[in-house]
Amino acid sequence: MDNLQNEIIKKATALLTDKTVDRVIGWKRGEFVFDPSPATFSTVESLKDFVYNSFCGANLSKYLIAESKKEGKIAVFLKACDSYSFNQLLTEKRIKKENVLPILVQCNGMLDIFKIKNEEGEVVLDVLDNGETVTVKSPYGDRNLNKAEVLLTKCLSCKGFAQVDGAEEIRVSESTLPNLDRFDIVKELENMSEDERFEFWQNELSKCIRCNACRNVCPACSCTKCVFDNNDSGVAGKANADSIEEQLFHVIRAFHVTGRCTDCGECSRVCPQRIPLHLLNRKFIKDSNTLYGEYQAGAVVDGKSPLTSFTEKDPDPTEAVNMEGVKNA
Amino acid sequence: MQEVTNKKYVPTIVAFCCNWCSYAGADLAGTSRLEYPANVKIIRVPCSCRVNPLFILKAFQRGADGVILCGCHPGDCHYMTGNYYARRRMSLLFNFLNYLGIEKERTRVEWVSAAEGAKFSAVMNDFAKTINELGENKRLQDLRVKGDRDNG
Repeated sequence: MDNLQNEIIKKATALLTDKTVDRVIGWKRGEFVFDPSPATFSTVESLKDFVYNSFCGANLSKYLIAESKKEGKIAVFLKACDSYSFNQLLTEKRIKKENVLPILVQCNGMLDIFKIKNEEGEVVLDVLDNGETVTVKSPYGDRNLNKAEVLLTKCLSCKGFAQVDGAEEIRVSESTLPNLDRFDIVKELENMSEDERFEFWQNELSKCIRCNACRNVCPACSCTKCVFDNNDSGVAGKANADSIEEQLFHVIRAFHVTGRCTDCGECSRVCPQRIPLHLLNRKFIKDSNTLYGEYQAGAVVDGKSPLTSFTEKDPDPTEAVNMEGVKNA
Repeated sequence: MQEVTNKKYVPTIVAFCCNWCSYAGADLAGTSRLEYPANVKIIRVPCSCRVNPLFILKAFQRGADGVILCGCHPGDCHYMTGNYYARRRMSLLFNFLNYLGIEKERTRVEWVSAAEGAKFSAVMNDFAKTINELGENKRLQDLRVKGDRDNG
């Protein structure tokens, strides 16, 4: 990983020195190894804080909406999942393309600090990524964990890079990631009874504290005016302890990003309550794949999304909800 | 609540009707003296694709037990393509609500033209019967609204 980080910093230094770009967007060292945060770097000196380790899960493409509108050119480092969001934002014309220099960076799977803390306890001092395993250092000593068990959920079914025009790639080795079926748990839920599903979601969604982190981090949630900021929407705040507001919020949010969600998994990563929000988006993706053909948002620029197109032979809703592959038991 | 107040349960049904077909269909049902349940509350919309998923959820939240969306038959949309989009949206939304544990019988889409007064009445009678059998919508209702409905 250090090797890769050096390569990336070398690239960033070169770009800033020869003035190809005015700013670089990347990840900045945090207090611990596991809390780097997205940041822009405009001088070579500031790059000393640049970090690329196994906790750089943050998707940088959303920051380009604001950053690309500023003066000057900006370079951005994109991991596999970020590249889809980047394409999708280009499709939606939210990024000023001529101001952006995209660079793809190798990703060996990002780690989930919550999963590590679940195994190790609250106090984690350092985490070393050894490829197959990770070494977690805590006051109670060192321990090796299987990497596959502490990866972010989104990394368990990696899509690989999207086709990004004119982007070079920084790669120092081959990365292998587990390739699980991303609809596994969706299918499991579909096979439950209505009551069980209701209970499951009630349980999960009632944990929601309406912090709006999922909305703020989502590259698809980039409307300049959001329905949830409207006090009259009835879903703006957590006014009462009953769960309907959370349900409403999450149904509407998931619906708003249908056909545009690239399944980058940021919503679940940032949720402080550990609600598996990606399962909501994946249900929409799965259904629209079954009903209207396979579609991956952001795979190419200017793709036609299922909800902005139609065919005359589409099944009626009554038929659709009973169709094999879509139907919930 | 029902036992306490001893009121007979009458479901509330919200029907979103397209101005150009189903709304006129409802009119025709009326002038033709065809009966449909009085607890069907019709909301006129300019096109079935005007119906935002939030409308449907809001209806449930505010005490509806069933929501039905009526539009022009595919191919007959006044705005050419509106109902095709609505069809895709509602297919995904209804299935998604079911994924969250909401009975799929509570939501329905029907195509009713302006000439189909009889179909309108039949559809509404059938839907009201289904909702009556399902009973009260407890899962998507806002508790704050519940009191209002029972009192007034």
